[in-house]
Order: sequence, then structure tokens, then C-alpha cells
Amino acid sequence: MSDSASTMREHPSVKDWINDFDHTDPRWTQDPFPIWDALRAHSPVVHTERFLGCYLPTTYEAVKEIAYDTEHFSSRRIIVRDVRPELIPAPPITSDPPAHKPAKQLLLPSFTPDAIKKLEPRLRTICNELIDEFINDGKVDAASRYTKHIPVRTSAHMLGIPEADGDLFIKWIHEILEVGIKNSDRLMGATHEMSAYFAGHIARRKNSPTDDLISTLMNARDKNGQPLPDAHVVGSLRLLLIAGIDTTWSAIGASLWHLARTPADRERLIAEPELMPIAIEEFLRAYSPVTMAREVMKETTISGCPVKPGNMVLLSFPAANRDPAVFPDANKVVIDRTENRHAAFGLGIHRCVGSNLARMEMTVAIEEWLKRIPDFRLDPAGSVTWSEGTVRGPRRLPILFGNAN
Amino acid sequence: MKIRVDREKCQGHARCKSLAPELFDLDEFGNARERGDGSVPARLEGRAWLARSNCPEIAIEVIEE
Repeated sequence: MSDSASTMREHPSVKDWINDFDHTDPRWTQDPFPIWDALRAHSPVVHTERFLGCYLPTTYEAVKEIAYDTEHFSSRRIIVRDVRPELIPAPPITSDPPAHKPAKQLLLPSFTPDAIKKLEPRLRTICNELIDEFINDGKVDAASRYTKHIPVRTSAHMLGIPEADGDLFIKWIHEILEVGIKNSDRLMGATHEMSAYFAGHIARRKNSPTDDLISTLMNARDKNGQPLPDAHVVGSLRLLLIAGIDTTWSAIGASLWHLARTPADRERLIAEPELMPIAIEEFLRAYSPVTMAREVMKETTISGCPVKPGNMVLLSFPAANRDPAVFPDANKVVIDRTENRHAAFGLGIHRCVGSNLARMEMTVAIEEWLKRIPDFRLDPAGSVTWSEGTVRGPRRLPILFGNAN
Repeated sequence: MKIRVDREKCQGHARCKSLAPELFDLDEFGNARERGDGSVPARLEGRAWLARSNCPEIAIEVIEE
């Protein structure tokens, strides 16, 4: 399909954030934190007419109320877009009760901390192989040569699909999560390509089963002992691929970006490696990559603000995590923050199924980087760029290390 | 001191298991429960409070006897 004017429009620049917010505005992409602070100071919920009508909860409490309220808020659409395209089921993330729980329980055993721990040695090897490729250069774009490949290779391994197809995964995800906000042709094109890709892998396994997540889903049975419809399997596989890559790419990249700019935190993590798990949670809080969405199904109020059906909700876990009512010094990165109920992986029934995997990837990626490259800084000759919309993280991250100039 | 995990509230973030592995077990879906009868040895009381104050779902209760 081609780009057509009807499905792609550039948004006018935002002049009134309180009544006309837009999470695709370049200022939000570059530095959303002061915007969220200003909106939060105004109201726990703000609204825009953009995206066919959309609310933004700005406080932790308002985000939590919505995440817990599956009666008034549906997950059938989880991305805020210019249009409301046909529903694209990707269970369990797009499922509401009662279908949600059985769909999620099929996936959960593959993502427990014990199940994930088995991947750790392989991940350490992957990180070191990536570092080997640029360690002698003294500089690197860490986003394109390090942080991206860790979740790509991990996801390919778990799903049982070729690592060599990584560029294809990145392209689809970019079309679905970024371009697809404003261009429904490209959204549907990438979705169909992805579905066809997984249908091929499913067909090949019908004769020769494998030991991976594709086979796990193919072998799953519902409560009546029946296999899942192929559309369910393909939908869940699209979810696992989309949700596992940009997100972790972003979280590792934002952590390295912080450490490149903060020598004291770098030195402390090297001197006190036992602090790493607490620091990882703080990076997740301060630079939460993922903003989800809900569709309002019935009229209700959130934190006293009326909310009407027909609108979407931009469910900003990142903004919740910067709420000073819950996190003292919310805009400061405190790597030994001991009380940290951050919502980076969501709250309620839709808690990210891959959270244990994401944490492990972040931990291993930062640990192995610090072992090999303890001293590094942003390259003043380059510029850092951030992804737009649903998942926020560095997509260009030029770094200098060692004695390089 | 005793701890108790509210199974209805727990969503499997597993923060408690990471912060206080001796006090919690995870089931096949990764959801937490208190180990044994939930008794907390004196040396682990700080860990119990830490687990409680990091649970995003506020699912952990600490009962001081």
C-alpha cells in the first residue's frame, strides 16, 4: 500500500499543552518531563481533541485508577493513533476480562525469574560479542550497535526465529509503533507482513515441532482441551515480538545515556555492584519507556475528572513515575532509592509479561558494558535522538570512551 | 513479625522475590506467596519492610506481633 494524504498528516505544533497535548510533538519526544510537570500541576487528567479525542492522566493515582478499572476502560486498543483502525487482537495485551487471564497464563510460565535465569549466560556472551566489534574504535553509536541487538537476539532465540531477520523486526515495529500512529496504511501493511511471517513459521512446525515459544503456543490447549485458533497464536506472537524489542532497547539505552552523563553514578555502580538491582529499578522509574493506552467504554470519573466514552486514554506510566506526590525528588535519578513502587511495567492485570526478562537484559547489558567500558561520555560531535510516541528511548546514542577524542 | 501476600492483588512483579528471596516463593505463573507461615526471622525484618515498600500493587502486609 502507498502513503496517502488521507492517512498521513503532520500535526500542528502544540501551543496549549493543557487543552491540546500531543505526545508526538517533537518537544515531548525530546524532553517530556517539564511538560508532564506543568500538566500535573494543572489537573490529574487533561484532554486533547487530537487523536479523535484523548485523555492523559498526569498523576500516579489517576494512572493507577484507570489501570485497575477494566469495566470502564478497555485494552482492545492499546495505542493512541490519529484514526481508530480495525481491531488488531494481540492477546493477552489487547484482552479484557474474562478472556485476559487464560491468555496470559499460557505465557507466564515461560517468563518467570527462574525460566529467564537460564538465558543469562547466553546474554552475557551476546553482550561481549557486540562490544568486541567496537571496543577498539574508542567510539560507538550504542543505540544501533549495542542496545538494539540485545533484545533482538534474545527475542529471536526465545521465539525460535532467525536472528538474521532482526532488521525486518525493527522495521515492522517502527511502522507499527511510530509511523503507524499517523499512517494506518503502513500500520496495517506491517501488521499483515508480520502475521504472514509467523504463519510461515507455524506451518513449518506442524511437521517438525521445536522447543520455543511458537511451539509452546501451538501446543497450548484451552479449558476445553482445544488448541488455540491460529489467529490467537499469531496475535500473541506479534505481541511478544513487538513488546520485547523497542521497549528493552529503550530501557538499556536510556540507562547508558544517564550513565554517560553521570560519572558519579557510574563509579558508584562499579564500586558497589550489589547496588545494581536497585539502580535498575530507578532507571526503569525515571526513564520508563512504555506508554500504553485504553479506550473509554463507559462514562466515569477519574480523580474527580469526568471521562467520556468514545475517547482514548494515553496511559502514561512514565508520567506517573515522575509524580512527586509518590516519589520524593521525582525528577532526580537516585540510584539507591529504597522505596520505589514504580509502574514502568504497568499496574494491575496487564503487568508486562516480560518484566523479568527485561530486567535481566538491562542488568546484564549494563554490567558487561561497565566491565569493558567503565569510563565513557556522550560524543559532543554527535546528537542523541529519541523514538516517538508509544515507546521512548535513544535511537542514536553516540558515545566516546577510553582515550578517544 | 509476619508477612502475608494478598494473592488477589499480586500481579507477579516479583520485586519481593528479588529484594527478599528468603521470605517469598513464586508459583508457576510468577505470582508471589509468603514462604511457610510467613514468619520473618529478626535478621530479615529490614528485608520484609523493603519488599513491602517496593510492591507496586501494595499486596504485601507486614504484621508486627
